[in-house]
Formats: sequence, structure tokens, C-alpha cells
Amino acid sequence: MAHQEKRAWIMLVVTLVVYPAYVVIVLRNAADGPLVDVAYASTLLWSIGIAIAANIVLDIATSMGTPRSEYKADARDKEIARVGDLTGQSLLVVGAVAAMVLAMLDTNQFWIANVLYLGFVLSALLGSLAKIAGYRDGFQTW
Amino acid sequence: MVKPTRVTNSIRTLRFAHGEMTQADLAERIGVTRQTVIAIEQGKYSPSLEVAFQIAHVFGVPLDDVFQYPESE
Repeated sequence: MAHQEKRAWIMLVVTLVVYPAYVVIVLRNAADGPLVDVAYASTLLWSIGIAIAANIVLDIATSMGTPRSEYKADARDKEIARVGDLTGQSLLVVGAVAAMVLAMLDTNQFWIANVLYLGFVLSALLGSLAKIAGYRDGFQTW
Repeated sequence: MVKPTRVTNSIRTLRFAHGEMTQADLAERIGVTRQTVIAIEQGKYSPSLEVAFQIAHVFGVPLDDVFQYPESE
């Protein structure tokens, strides 16, 4: 498996683990009260920090023992990464527009922050899946 | 689902005709990863024109001997 494909898998798995954990913690903290009263900010920032750290640690772990020639991204890796990132960004835009609408409607900041976070999460998931598909199913530039 | 390419290649045959060159050797000579050479051989990735010419130069053959495209639709 190409090293960059491993990176896409790491991003996918970490996102699938960290975001649901964040949601569970927020729901648990809310108990039976309204969600908007939950002190979500520190949990959200911690989950982002943990996701970034986990990506870095797992990337280093999978890089160990891999020759530099296999580790370094080549033209194919860069093309697949570009298409994957562009695909993922579509959901980031959807999240940003949704947050903008919520802000204009004077919605509680809890929902604005969380719709933005969900946009980042969905963007990461879709981008990772697009990259994995590029490696698995093939990627044609001609 | 990615549309399959109609471009075929003879890289595997050319490698064996050149002293059973390994995919890793070819990858090193054209500056890509071994996984990319595998993907090109399997028709899962169409390389840039520059990489295509580099592959042809490694084997010392014209580009047409490495990559083929069917004449008819």
C-alpha cells in the first residue's frame, strides 16, 4: 500500500473515532438539559487537538521502516491528493454556508460552532474516501 | 467508479526483456514509488507525459512501444 494511501486511511479512521467520541461526550454532558447550555468549547478543541496528534503519531509510526523513496509523495500521490482535497472541500463549503445562515438567523453559537465542526469532519471523511478510491479503483489523467 | 483507460502498456514485458528489471528498480529510475509503477502496469494510473517518456527512455524504445492506444472506437 502506498504511504499516502495509509495516510488517507489514518485520517479516515481517526475522524471516525474522534468525532463520534466528541458527540457522545457532549450528549452525556447535556444529560436531560438543552444542548445549547453544554460547555462544548473545550471538548471540541480537545477533540481537534487529539485528532491532529493521532494523525501525526500514526503517520510517524507507519513511516518507520519505510524507505524514503516509498515514503515521499510522487506525481500520482500529489494528483490523487489534489482531487481528494477538492472533493472534500465541497462539504467544507456546505458547512460554511450553513454556519453563515445560522449566524444570520441569530442561532445559538453552539449550533454555529458545531455545524462548522461537522463540515470539517465530513470534508475529512469525503476527502479521505476520494483518495482511497483513487488508489484502489484507479486514477486516470489521460 | 473511474472510467477505465483505453491506454494499454507493455511495461511488464519490457522489464523482463531488460534483465528482469524489478518494479522497484524502474520506480527508482523514473523517480516514482513502486506502488505507482504497479498502478501504471495494471492500467490503474495513466502517468504524466513526462513520466511516460522517462519510462520509454529507461527501456531505450519509442513511446509507442511502451504505451498503446486502440485505433478504432
